[in-house]
Amino acid sequence: MIKCENIVKIYQTGGNETPVLRDVSFEIQKGEYLAIMGPSGSGKSTLMHILGALDRPTSGRYFLDGKNVFDLSGDEMAEIRSQKIGFVFQSFNLLPRSTVLRNVMVPLIYNRKITKAERRAKAERALKAVGLEKELWTHLSNQLSGGQMQRVAIARALINDPGIILADEPTGNLDSKTGAVVLDTFEKLNKENGHTIILITHDKNVAEHARRIIEIKDGVIISDRKKN
Amino acid sequence: MSSNKSRSALTILGIVIGIASVIALISVGQGASQGITSRIESLGTNLLVVMPGSQRQSGNIVRGGMGSSQSLTLEDADAIRQGIADIIAVAPTVSSRKQVTVKGQNTNTSIYGIDGNYFGIKNIEMDLGSAITGQQIQSRAKVAILGPTTRDDLFGEGVDPTGQKIRIGGQEFSVIGVTKAKGGTGFGSADDLIYIPLTAAQQYVTGNQSVSNINIQVSSADLMSFVQAQVQSLLLERHRISDETKADFSIMNQADMLSAMSSVTDTLTLLLAAIAGISLLVGGIGIMNMMLTTVTERTREIGLRKSLGAKNHDISNQFLAESVSLTFIGGVIGVIVGWAAAWLISKFGSMTTSVTSWSIFLSVGIAALVGIVFGYYPASRAAKLDPIDALRYQ
Repeated sequence: MIKCENIVKIYQTGGNETPVLRDVSFEIQKGEYLAIMGPSGSGKSTLMHILGALDRPTSGRYFLDGKNVFDLSGDEMAEIRSQKIGFVFQSFNLLPRSTVLRNVMVPLIYNRKITKAERRAKAERALKAVGLEKELWTHLSNQLSGGQMQRVAIARALINDPGIILADEPTGNLDSKTGAVVLDTFEKLNKENGHTIILITHDKNVAEHARRIIEIKDGVIISDRKKN
Repeated sequence: MSSNKSRSALTILGIVIGIASVIALISVGQGASQGITSRIESLGTNLLVVMPGSQRQSGNIVRGGMGSSQSLTLEDADAIRQGIADIIAVAPTVSSRKQVTVKGQNTNTSIYGIDGNYFGIKNIEMDLGSAITGQQIQSRAKVAILGPTTRDDLFGEGVDPTGQKIRIGGQEFSVIGVTKAKGGTGFGSADDLIYIPLTAAQQYVTGNQSVSNINIQVSSADLMSFVQAQVQSLLLERHRISDETKADFSIMNQADMLSAMSSVTDTLTLLLAAIAGISLLVGGIGIMNMMLTTVTERTREIGLRKSLGAKNHDISNQFLAESVSLTFIGGVIGVIVGWAAAWLISKFGSMTTSVTSWSIFLSVGIAALVGIVFGYYPASRAAKLDPIDALRYQ
């Protein structure tokens, strides 16, 4: 489903070339639960941006469902983000003055073919999938706790039923207890609904929840192991 | 937009002031224009006026001012009346300015020598007494009808002067009536003059057989130019002039006068609208300023929306819609405020105002346009943000 070939990313800042990713290649199959682990500065965030079709590599190729993403235009990349990828961020990134339901529906606004009733039905299905209590659905998102907010964000990532969920340090702003709830949610989505889940984290304990761990350091993959 | 109400309200206020001043100032211009039009029309409808003198601007012979020559006669008026169809009435007049005295009071005013058709053509009605009769015209009777302003000057306001004597240029005339006020002041006012029989005016006031002008009422507005051409050729023939440019008379068309006057008021309206437009421009810059601030504040949100699949035009449309709805709301409120201002001006000021539907549509349209123009730059800036940078923005 995902195939990266010799991905290189070099940032140019004031004439200096800073290589962030050097020759990264790997494949991810549909339905995998994978963690990309590395310390800060290892290049894992850059890798996530490339996997999420937010950024283009300096060289190399990235195939998503057989399509080379970097042959696509900006609008086509936006289309990929909307249809195939769901993002979950460390800092949740919810719209603070909007209700939970509205937040979950944001990705659907950009698809005019979907009716209002369909939007609501999809949003409710996604919120049920992450197990958020029904009485919270009409609350403003900034009235929720961190764990609840992150589950709203996961519901938002699910709403278009994307193949891939990309989660960037999803437990980074949560205590261990609520973090565990969020990780359980990923586990459940992977097992029961067959979503491909990619966790980006620096935390070994978080990475251990996944069934495959790619370790990255200084822009190269240093280990790629599967658990049974 | 709703999240920062006081900022939005202040920005809208800029548009409200701009649109309101457009509406109010255009209404002043339109009011002036309608006032002038109705005043010209009150002088009579479908009127041609033949005046002595020439329209010619250049030439090797020095001429006096227009109207100073004595080329038009009563016979010309008769010839027009008999020779040209499509005419309702012809009224020659003799006019002159004279000192008029009565029992120690005196005034300098216009003396109009008129025939029986004049009041009909000019829509003049009697307030007191009776109009000049054909009998009085034939007999060169020394009778006079006063305009209301002249009556006020000579006898005092509201006094009935009929039967009193006035002296015009050494001759004694008896007052037989007063006309109704037509409004208007200053030069050419129909209220500050004295009407006497045409024949009496020729004999006692000007002392010659010429007439000062010939008023011709045409039967319909469509025939004005046609009749004007006919009168032109008839008089050229009578005066034995072959070259049109050397004509010793000129014909003024009421329609021409109307278009000349309305071009003046149109210019006035345009000028006022331009002044109001400046405040609209300032309001538009206010919108742009606020939208730029909003874009900066919401950088993270923009990054998020892009990462969730929003295309560049989705983002720019969102911000454009926001600025257009701000200016549209401002435009609607501005129309109401401007309307109220126009009403107050006509109620408490001395000017008449007129709010027209086109000025309303125009200004609401301009308001929306201001939103698009001044919202475009902030919106495109928002759309061009790099989603990764925008997500990192704190």
